[in-house]
This record gives sequence, C-alpha cells and structure tokens, in this order.
Amino acid sequence: MAKFRKDGKKVAPGISTASLPDIVFMLLFFFMVTTTMRESTLLVKKPKLPKATELTKLEKKSLVSSIYVSTPSIDLQAVFGTQPVVQLNESIEDISKIARFVQLEREARNPNDRDFLTMNLKVDSKTKMGIISDIKMELRKANALKLNYSALPKANKK
Amino acid sequence: MAQLQKSCAIIFKKHTIMARRPFPEINSASMADIAFMLLIFFLVATTMDSDKGIFRVLPPYIDKPIQDEPIKVLDKNLFVVLINKDDRLMVEKKPMHPDDLRKACKDFLTNMNNDEADKIYPEYNVETIEGIGNVKVTKGIVSIQNDRGTSYDKYIEIQNEIVAAYNEVKDEYSKQYFRKPFKDLNEDQQKAIKALIPQRISEAEPKNIGGK
Repeated sequence: MAKFRKDGKKVAPGISTASLPDIVFMLLFFFMVTTTMRESTLLVKKPKLPKATELTKLEKKSLVSSIYVSTPSIDLQAVFGTQPVVQLNESIEDISKIARFVQLEREARNPNDRDFLTMNLKVDSKTKMGIISDIKMELRKANALKLNYSALPKANKK
Repeated sequence: MAQLQKSCAIIFKKHTIMARRPFPEINSASMADIAFMLLIFFLVATTMDSDKGIFRVLPPYIDKPIQDEPIKVLDKNLFVVLINKDDRLMVEKKPMHPDDLRKACKDFLTNMNNDEADKIYPEYNVETIEGIGNVKVTKGIVSIQNDRGTSYDKYIEIQNEIVAAYNEVKDEYSKQYFRKPFKDLNEDQQKAIKALIPQRISEAEPKNIGGK
C-alpha cells in the first residue's frame, strides 16, 4: 500500500530569485546600448522633431553641439513668453548669443577637430521658419557651417 | 597493477578530502541590487534621443556681396521651389502637391537639354569621370525659398523630398553603371556617382510676407 504523507501543512514553494540578476543585467545592457548620455536639462518643452526618410547618422558624437528651439517649459513661460526660444547649453538665450556659443564650443574641442564641429538643430516641428532663418544667419556669421536638422525616421511611403 | 590501483586510490582519496574542505562561496544575493542600481542610474542619466537628421552645409557668410559680377544662373538650369506662409508649394511657377515634388525633381535632374513643348530642361557639361568615362553632367540647381511664416515641419518635408530625389537618381545611376545600389558601392565608385550627379541645393534668403 502506498503511503500518503499527511503530516505538515502545504507551503507554497518560494519563487527562485536566482535569475533576477540576469534579467536586470539584460535590461541594463539594453538601456546602455540604446540610449545616449543626457547633455543638458531642457528648459524648453521637449521638441517634437519632424519626420523624414533620408536621414544620415551623426558620425562623431563628441563633435556635435545641440541647439534647441521650442516653446519655453510651462513654469518658465511667465518669464520667456510662449513664442519659441533658443536654448544653448543650460540656458535660454537670445539669438545674438549664438556666435559666442559657437566660439565657446569650438574652444572646448581639440584644435585639430574644430573645423568638424557640427551644429545639431533640435527644433519643434511647429516652429515657424523665421527664427530658424535667423539662427542659420548667425551660424553663417560665426562660420559654423555644418548643420544637422535633427529628425526622426519615418516609414517610406512606398 | 594492484599497486598502481592502490596508489591511485590514495590520490583520489586525497583529492576528495581536499575538495571537501569548506570553500566560502561569494554571496550573490546582492548582485540583483547592484544591477538595479546601475540600471536606475542609466535610466536617469541617459535619453533615447535620436542622433539622426538631414545634414546640410551652409554657405559661408559674405559681408558685402560682390556687386561687380553676380553669378548668373540660366533660368532653365534652376528648379525653383517656393514655400509660402501657408505651407503651400509652388514649383517652377506652378502650384504643386508635396507628394509630386520628388518625381518632378527627379525629372529635372535626369533629363538634359531635350526641350519639349511645355518643358524646359537644364543644360549639361560633358565631363570625364574616372570609372565611368565621358558622361553628361547636369548643370541643374535646386533652389528652395521659404517664407518666414513657413512651418519647420513643411520645410523639412520639402528638404527631405529633394534629398530623396537626389538619392534615387544616385541609386539609378549606380545600378546603370555598376549594377549595384549606391550604398553597396566602394568608395571610388561612390565618388564617381557623386561627381555624376552633384547635389546642388541653393537656399535663398527667406521673404517676410507671412510675418513671424
């Protein structure tokens, strides 16, 4: 006759956490690979980038400086208004400060690489071209001619 | 033989004794916590920003334009794209839907000097390109002019369409001369194709009709 154990209460077996580090490491590596370091805190609303199909990847990350153009974030709208503004580094600046910004960014780079400095324009898609034209003019005056209109990939129409 | 077996047994015994010696294992219970900490650091300190975009080189700034001899471009060599403050498009003096721009631009870039009744195509130079030979190279220039009131979204869309037209023409030429798409060509071949269809996009100073 088979014996059935009846002694002791049934205890639910604990879930093994041995694989927990592996799972977390997997997540960690995913984020390490797919993300980039945050450059500056945004004082403007996160620009909704336009979409395009013919994109090129920026080659050298260290030779890229970003210029943000978007409306100021809600808590700063009392100071800067609701029209799109320019953010350089950590502050919202007037367009005329771009030349100084370019100069400082150049000086921060290795002298051999200074000519390859690329300006990455991160502009909200609702912005009017007026401010962009002014920025382009300032960049030309500052002799920062390499420009990248930051955009998100879009599925091709075909 | 028996002796050998005996000595082996002794060695084996010795080893098992040594293996049995308690060896402190590293406690890995905190591994998950450490990994979590790293994970949270990366979540906070990084962004998923894209580093892709449409690359452009601006023309250098000229303080006083040279008045003596402005560069003259024949009207037929220009493909004029105008965008107004309402994001409407006018191409070669005719209104156009943005979806048709790519085809029109390609048409302009690939046809050379075979004028038809209602269409005028740009002139060409005959150039010798290494790897291809003597070929016609179009003198066509795409000119974009926008208003200060044009939206950035539309501007990028138009830029994208024109770059797409150039890329498609490059691809077609690559297939014609090297039987491969442009991205699979080697460096010299890509250079040859780039010489065959130079990307000339001119941007005029924007007008201010629509206002800011």
